Amino acid sequence: MERDWPLWEVFIRSKHGLAHKHVGSVHATDARMAIDNARDVYTRRNEGASIWVVRAADIVATAPGDKEILFDPSEDKIYRHPTFYHVPEGVENL
Amino acid sequence: MTINKQQYRYLLRLGDNALVLGQRLCEWIGHAPVLEEELATANVALDLIGQATAWLELAAARRGDGVDADRLAFHRDVMDFQNVLLVEQPNGDYAHTIARQFFFDAFHYPLLEQLACSQDEQVAGIAAKAVKEARYHLRRSGEWVIRLGDGTEESHQRMQQAVDALWMYTGEMLAADELDQAMLAQGLGADLAQAAKAWQGYVDEVLAEATLTRPSQKWMQQGGKQGRHSEHLGYLLAEMQFLPRAYPDARW
Repeated sequence: MERDWPLWEVFIRSKHGLAHKHVGSVHATDARMAIDNARDVYTRRNEGASIWVVRAADIVATAPGDKEILFDPSEDKIYRHPTFYHVPEGVENL
Repeated sequence: MTINKQQYRYLLRLGDNALVLGQRLCEWIGHAPVLEEELATANVALDLIGQATAWLELAAARRGDGVDADRLAFHRDVMDFQNVLLVEQPNGDYAHTIARQFFFDAFHYPLLEQLACSQDEQVAGIAAKAVKEARYHLRRSGEWVIRLGDGTEESHQRMQQAVDALWMYTGEMLAADELDQAMLAQGLGADLAQAAKAWQGYVDEVLAEATLTRPSQKWMQQGGKQGRHSEHLGYLLAEMQFLPRAYPDARW
Protein backbone atom coordinates (compact mmCIF):
# COMPACT_ATOMS: atom_id res chain seq x y z
CA MET A 1 0.00 0.00 0.00
CA GLU A 2 2.73 2.39 1.00
CA ARG A 3 4.36 1.93 -2.39
CA ASP A 4 1.34 3.39 -4.10
CA TRP A 5 1.14 6.59 -2.08
CA PRO A 6 2.68 9.48 -4.03
CA LEU A 7 5.51 11.48 -2.57
CA TRP A 8 4.95 15.15 -1.68
CA GLU A 9 7.61 17.73 -0.95
CA VAL A 10 6.97 19.88 2.10
CA PHE A 11 7.78 23.58 2.46
CA ILE A 12 7.31 25.36 5.76
CA ARG A 13 7.40 29.01 6.64
CA SER A 14 8.60 29.37 10.19
CA LYS A 15 7.20 31.96 12.55
CA HIS A 16 10.02 34.36 11.90
CA GLY A 17 10.92 33.27 8.39
CA LEU A 18 9.87 35.19 5.33
CA ALA A 19 9.86 32.45 2.76
CA HIS A 20 8.79 28.84 2.78
CA LYS A 21 11.73 26.48 3.06
CA HIS A 22 11.96 22.92 1.91
CA VAL A 23 12.03 20.68 4.98
CA GLY A 24 11.48 17.19 3.62
CA SER A 25 8.82 14.97 2.13
CA VAL A 26 5.81 12.85 3.10
CA HIS A 27 3.74 10.14 1.48
CA ALA A 28 0.05 10.85 1.06
CA THR A 29 -2.85 9.81 -1.15
CA ASP A 30 -4.17 13.32 -1.67
CA ALA A 31 -3.35 16.97 -1.08
CA ARG A 32 -5.36 17.24 2.10
CA MET A 33 -3.65 14.23 3.61
CA ALA A 34 -0.29 15.60 2.52
CA ILE A 35 -0.94 18.83 4.44
CA ASP A 36 -2.04 16.93 7.53
CA ASN A 37 0.92 14.57 7.35
CA ALA A 38 3.32 17.46 6.86
CA ARG A 39 1.79 19.14 9.90
CA ASP A 40 2.13 15.98 11.96
CA VAL A 41 5.63 15.10 10.82
CA TYR A 42 7.33 18.49 10.50
CA THR A 43 5.66 20.92 12.91
CA ARG A 44 5.74 18.92 16.13
CA ARG A 45 8.05 21.40 17.81
CA ASN A 46 6.25 24.58 17.01
CA GLU A 47 8.21 25.20 13.83
CA GLY A 48 5.60 26.41 11.43
CA ALA A 49 3.22 29.20 10.57
CA SER A 50 2.35 28.01 7.08
CA ILE A 51 2.77 24.83 5.04
CA TRP A 52 2.99 24.22 1.31
CA VAL A 53 3.00 20.78 -0.21
CA VAL A 54 3.60 19.92 -3.82
CA ARG A 55 3.68 16.56 -5.53
CA ALA A 56 7.30 15.57 -5.99
CA ALA A 57 6.42 14.46 -9.52
CA ASP A 58 5.29 18.00 -10.38
CA ILE A 59 8.61 19.59 -9.54
CA VAL A 60 10.70 20.39 -12.59
CA ALA A 61 14.37 20.40 -11.72
CA THR A 62 17.63 21.23 -13.43
CA ALA A 63 19.65 18.26 -14.56
CA PRO A 64 22.85 17.66 -12.58
CA GLY A 65 24.74 17.42 -15.90
CA ASP A 66 23.77 21.01 -16.75
CA LYS A 67 25.56 22.41 -13.76
CA GLU A 68 28.49 23.75 -15.74
CA ILE A 69 26.58 25.51 -18.48
CA LEU A 70 24.00 26.92 -16.10
CA PHE A 71 25.99 28.07 -13.12
CA ASP A 72 29.66 28.34 -13.91
CA PRO A 73 29.37 31.41 -16.19
CA SER A 74 28.24 33.60 -13.27
CA GLU A 75 31.27 32.78 -11.20
CA ASP A 76 33.49 35.57 -12.60
CA LYS A 77 30.82 38.27 -12.85
CA ILE A 78 31.81 39.93 -9.65
CA TYR A 79 30.11 43.21 -10.66
CA ARG A 80 26.74 41.50 -10.22
CA HIS A 81 27.21 41.34 -6.46
CA PRO A 82 26.02 44.49 -4.70
CA THR A 83 29.14 44.71 -2.56
CA PHE A 84 29.88 48.30 -3.63
CA TYR A 85 26.85 49.79 -1.94
CA HIS A 86 26.31 50.93 1.60
CA VAL A 87 23.22 49.53 3.23
CA PRO A 88 21.49 52.26 5.20
CA GLU A 89 20.99 51.46 8.84
CA GLY A 90 17.64 50.08 9.83
CA VAL A 91 16.98 48.28 6.56
CA GLU A 92 16.03 44.72 7.26
CA ASN A 93 15.58 41.76 4.99
CA LEU A 94 17.54 43.18 2.09
CA MET B 1 -23.11 13.79 46.93
CA THR B 2 -21.45 17.01 47.93
CA ILE B 3 -20.78 19.57 45.22
CA ASN B 4 -17.06 18.87 45.22
CA LYS B 5 -17.63 15.14 44.97
CA GLN B 6 -19.89 15.72 41.96
CA GLN B 7 -17.33 17.93 40.33
CA TYR B 8 -14.65 15.33 41.02
CA ARG B 9 -16.64 12.63 39.25
CA TYR B 10 -17.50 14.88 36.32
CA LEU B 11 -13.85 15.84 35.87
CA LEU B 12 -12.88 12.16 36.05
CA ARG B 13 -15.17 11.50 33.11
CA LEU B 14 -13.44 14.15 31.07
CA GLY B 15 -10.00 12.98 32.12
CA ASP B 16 -10.69 9.26 31.73
CA ASN B 17 -12.08 9.63 28.21
CA ALA B 18 -8.90 11.36 27.13
CA LEU B 19 -6.60 9.06 29.08
CA VAL B 20 -8.08 5.77 27.87
CA LEU B 21 -8.32 6.85 24.24
CA GLY B 22 -4.79 8.25 24.38
CA GLN B 23 -3.53 4.94 25.77
CA ARG B 24 -5.39 3.02 23.05
CA LEU B 25 -3.81 5.15 20.33
CA CYS B 26 -0.36 4.57 21.82
CA GLU B 27 -0.83 0.89 21.05
CA TRP B 28 -0.34 1.79 17.38
CA ILE B 29 3.20 3.00 18.00
CA GLY B 30 5.49 0.66 16.13
CA HIS B 31 2.54 -0.91 14.31
CA ALA B 32 0.93 1.86 12.28
CA PRO B 33 0.41 1.24 8.55
CA VAL B 34 2.77 4.03 7.45
CA LEU B 35 5.28 6.27 9.17
CA GLU B 36 3.22 9.42 8.65
CA GLU B 37 0.20 7.83 10.29
CA GLU B 38 2.26 6.64 13.19
CA LEU B 39 3.44 10.15 13.97
CA ALA B 40 0.00 11.61 13.45
CA THR B 41 -1.55 9.00 15.74
CA ALA B 42 1.12 9.64 18.36
CA ASN B 43 0.40 13.37 18.14
CA VAL B 44 -3.30 12.81 18.80
CA ALA B 45 -2.44 10.44 21.66
CA LEU B 46 -0.13 13.01 23.21
CA ASP B 47 -2.77 15.74 22.89
CA LEU B 48 -5.24 13.52 24.70
CA ILE B 49 -2.84 12.45 27.44
CA GLY B 50 -1.93 16.10 27.99
CA GLN B 51 -5.63 16.91 28.34
CA ALA B 52 -6.10 13.96 30.69
CA THR B 53 -3.29 15.27 32.88
CA ALA B 54 -4.97 18.67 33.15
CA TRP B 55 -8.43 17.22 33.91
CA LEU B 56 -7.12 14.71 36.44
CA GLU B 57 -5.04 17.37 38.20
CA LEU B 58 -8.16 19.48 38.55
CA ALA B 59 -10.17 16.44 39.66
CA ALA B 60 -7.55 15.70 42.31
CA ALA B 61 -7.66 19.30 43.52
CA ARG B 62 -11.46 19.22 43.82
CA ARG B 63 -11.28 15.95 45.73
CA GLY B 64 -8.97 17.78 48.08
CA ASP B 65 -7.45 14.93 50.03
CA GLY B 66 -3.90 15.19 48.74
CA VAL B 67 -4.34 12.71 45.89
CA ASP B 68 -2.58 13.69 42.63
CA ALA B 69 -3.18 13.06 38.90
CA ASP B 70 -0.73 10.16 38.70
CA ARG B 71 -2.41 8.47 41.61
CA LEU B 72 -5.76 8.80 39.83
CA ALA B 73 -4.41 7.53 36.53
CA PHE B 74 -2.39 4.60 37.80
CA HIS B 75 -3.91 3.45 41.06
CA ARG B 76 -7.63 3.36 40.38
CA ASP B 77 -9.36 0.09 39.50
CA VAL B 78 -11.60 -0.57 36.51
CA MET B 79 -14.85 0.24 38.28
CA ASP B 80 -13.57 3.65 39.34
CA PHE B 81 -12.97 4.72 35.75
CA GLN B 82 -15.70 6.93 34.35
CA ASN B 83 -14.87 6.93 30.63
CA VAL B 84 -17.45 6.05 28.00
CA LEU B 85 -17.36 2.52 26.59
CA LEU B 86 -16.50 3.79 23.11
CA VAL B 87 -12.96 4.88 23.94
CA GLU B 88 -11.97 1.57 25.55
CA GLN B 89 -12.93 -0.51 22.51
CA PRO B 90 -9.92 -2.26 20.92
CA ASN B 91 -8.08 -0.75 17.99
CA GLY B 92 -9.19 -3.49 15.57
CA ASP B 93 -8.20 -2.74 11.99
CA TYR B 94 -7.46 0.82 10.95
CA ALA B 95 -11.09 1.42 10.01
CA HIS B 96 -12.14 0.58 13.59
CA THR B 97 -9.53 2.92 15.01
CA ILE B 98 -10.68 5.69 12.69
CA ALA B 99 -14.39 5.13 13.31
CA ARG B 100 -13.87 5.17 17.08
CA GLN B 101 -11.80 8.33 16.78
CA PHE B 102 -14.28 10.10 14.54
CA PHE B 103 -17.29 9.25 16.71
CA PHE B 104 -15.43 10.51 19.75
CA ASP B 105 -14.00 13.64 18.10
CA ALA B 106 -17.45 14.61 16.77
CA PHE B 107 -18.59 14.60 20.41
CA HIS B 108 -15.40 15.90 22.00
CA TYR B 109 -15.11 19.05 19.91
CA PRO B 110 -18.61 20.46 20.56
CA LEU B 111 -18.30 19.39 24.20
CA LEU B 112 -15.07 21.32 24.66
CA GLU B 113 -16.51 24.30 22.78
CA GLN B 114 -19.16 24.52 25.46
CA LEU B 115 -16.80 23.83 28.35
CA ALA B 116 -14.55 26.63 27.14
CA CYS B 117 -17.45 28.90 28.19
CA SER B 118 -17.94 27.16 31.55
CA GLN B 119 -18.57 29.41 34.54
CA ASP B 120 -15.83 27.49 36.30
CA GLU B 121 -12.69 29.35 35.25
CA GLN B 122 -10.35 26.40 35.58
CA VAL B 123 -12.60 24.17 33.51
CA ALA B 124 -12.92 26.90 30.91
CA GLY B 125 -9.15 27.33 30.79
CA ILE B 126 -8.38 23.67 30.17
CA ALA B 127 -11.15 23.37 27.59
CA ALA B 128 -10.05 26.50 25.72
CA LYS B 129 -6.64 24.95 25.17
CA ALA B 130 -7.99 21.47 24.35
CA VAL B 131 -10.65 22.63 21.90
CA LYS B 132 -8.05 23.60 19.30
CA GLU B 133 -6.55 20.16 19.46
CA ALA B 134 -9.95 18.49 19.28
CA ARG B 135 -10.90 20.53 16.25
CA TYR B 136 -7.88 19.24 14.37
CA HIS B 137 -8.58 15.68 15.54
CA LEU B 138 -12.11 15.92 14.18
CA ARG B 139 -10.97 17.24 10.82
CA ARG B 140 -8.35 14.55 10.51
CA SER B 141 -10.50 11.59 11.55
CA GLY B 142 -13.40 12.84 9.43
CA GLU B 143 -11.18 12.97 6.38
CA TRP B 144 -10.02 9.44 7.04
CA VAL B 145 -13.62 8.20 7.27
CA ILE B 146 -14.33 9.82 3.92
CA ARG B 147 -11.11 8.55 2.37
CA LEU B 148 -11.69 4.96 3.44
CA GLY B 149 -15.47 5.00 2.93
CA ASP B 150 -15.22 6.52 -0.52
CA GLY B 151 -12.05 4.58 -1.37
CA THR B 152 -11.71 1.05 -2.70
CA GLU B 153 -14.33 -1.65 -2.45
CA GLU B 154 -12.43 -3.24 0.43
CA SER B 155 -11.82 -0.02 2.35
CA HIS B 156 -15.50 0.90 1.96
CA GLN B 157 -16.60 -2.45 3.27
CA ARG B 158 -14.24 -2.34 6.25
CA MET B 159 -15.19 1.23 7.10
CA GLN B 160 -18.89 0.32 7.01
CA GLN B 161 -18.24 -2.68 9.25
CA ALA B 162 -16.39 -0.52 11.75
CA VAL B 163 -19.16 2.12 11.79
CA ASP B 164 -21.78 -0.61 12.30
CA ALA B 165 -19.78 -2.34 15.05
CA LEU B 166 -19.13 0.80 17.09
CA TRP B 167 -22.51 2.47 16.59
CA MET B 168 -24.03 1.04 19.78
CA TYR B 169 -21.29 2.73 21.83
CA THR B 170 -22.11 6.22 20.58
CA GLY B 171 -25.34 6.80 22.52
CA GLU B 172 -23.88 6.87 26.00
CA MET B 173 -21.73 9.95 25.58
CA LEU B 174 -24.63 11.94 24.09
CA ALA B 175 -27.19 11.10 26.79
CA ALA B 176 -27.14 13.18 29.95
CA ASP B 177 -27.48 11.38 33.27
CA GLU B 178 -28.10 12.96 36.68
CA LEU B 179 -24.51 14.05 37.09
CA ASP B 180 -24.43 15.70 33.66
CA GLN B 181 -27.64 17.56 34.51
CA ALA B 182 -26.36 18.65 37.90
CA MET B 183 -23.13 19.99 36.41
CA LEU B 184 -25.05 21.83 33.72
CA ALA B 185 -27.31 23.37 36.34
CA GLN B 186 -24.23 24.50 38.29
CA GLY B 187 -22.88 26.25 35.22
CA LEU B 188 -19.78 24.08 35.18
CA GLY B 189 -20.77 21.34 32.74
CA ALA B 190 -21.93 21.09 29.15
CA ASP B 191 -25.41 20.64 27.71
CA LEU B 192 -25.20 17.19 26.15
CA ALA B 193 -28.39 17.71 24.15
CA GLN B 194 -26.63 20.52 22.35
CA ALA B 195 -23.46 18.43 21.89
CA ALA B 196 -25.58 15.57 20.56
CA LYS B 197 -27.12 17.86 17.96
CA ALA B 198 -23.69 18.91 16.76
CA TRP B 199 -22.57 15.28 16.76
CA GLN B 200 -25.48 14.23 14.56
CA GLY B 201 -24.61 17.01 12.14
CA TYR B 202 -20.94 16.04 11.82
CA VAL B 203 -21.69 12.34 11.58
CA ASP B 204 -24.46 12.69 8.99
CA GLU B 205 -22.34 14.95 6.84
CA VAL B 206 -19.22 12.80 6.92
CA LEU B 207 -21.00 9.46 6.49
CA ALA B 208 -22.86 10.83 3.49
CA GLU B 209 -19.70 12.12 1.88
CA ALA B 210 -17.98 8.82 2.63
CA THR B 211 -20.86 6.99 0.87
CA LEU B 212 -21.45 5.05 4.07
CA THR B 213 -24.83 4.00 5.45
CA ARG B 214 -25.86 5.47 8.77
CA PRO B 215 -26.75 2.49 10.98
CA SER B 216 -30.44 2.29 11.84
CA GLN B 217 -29.81 0.51 15.13
CA LYS B 218 -31.46 2.36 18.00
CA TRP B 219 -30.37 0.29 21.01
CA MET B 220 -27.35 1.74 22.73
CA GLN B 221 -24.88 0.15 25.13
CA GLN B 222 -24.16 2.16 28.26
CA GLY B 223 -22.60 2.06 31.72
CA GLY B 224 -19.05 3.38 31.27
CA LYS B 225 -19.87 6.74 32.82
CA GLN B 226 -21.08 4.92 35.91
CA GLY B 227 -18.07 2.59 36.08
CA ARG B 228 -19.59 -0.49 34.38
CA HIS B 229 -17.08 -1.32 31.67
CA SER B 230 -16.52 -3.86 28.93
CA GLU B 231 -13.85 -6.46 29.61
CA HIS B 232 -11.39 -4.60 27.36
CA LEU B 233 -10.69 -1.84 29.86
CA GLY B 234 -9.21 -4.23 32.42
CA TYR B 235 -6.55 -5.39 29.97
CA LEU B 236 -5.75 -1.84 28.95
CA LEU B 237 -5.32 -0.74 32.56
CA ALA B 238 -3.21 -3.79 33.39
CA GLU B 239 -0.72 -2.72 30.76
CA MET B 240 -0.91 1.00 31.55
CA GLN B 241 -0.75 0.64 35.33
CA PHE B 242 1.68 -2.25 35.68
CA LEU B 243 4.83 -0.27 36.27
CA PRO B 244 3.61 2.30 38.81
CA ARG B 245 1.86 -0.46 40.72
CA ALA B 246 4.76 -2.91 40.69
CA TYR B 247 7.28 -0.17 41.51
CA PRO B 248 5.43 2.53 43.44
CA ASP B 249 6.94 5.99 43.12
CA ALA B 250 9.37 4.81 40.43
CA ARG B 251 11.10 7.72 38.68
CA TRP B 252 13.33 8.22 35.67
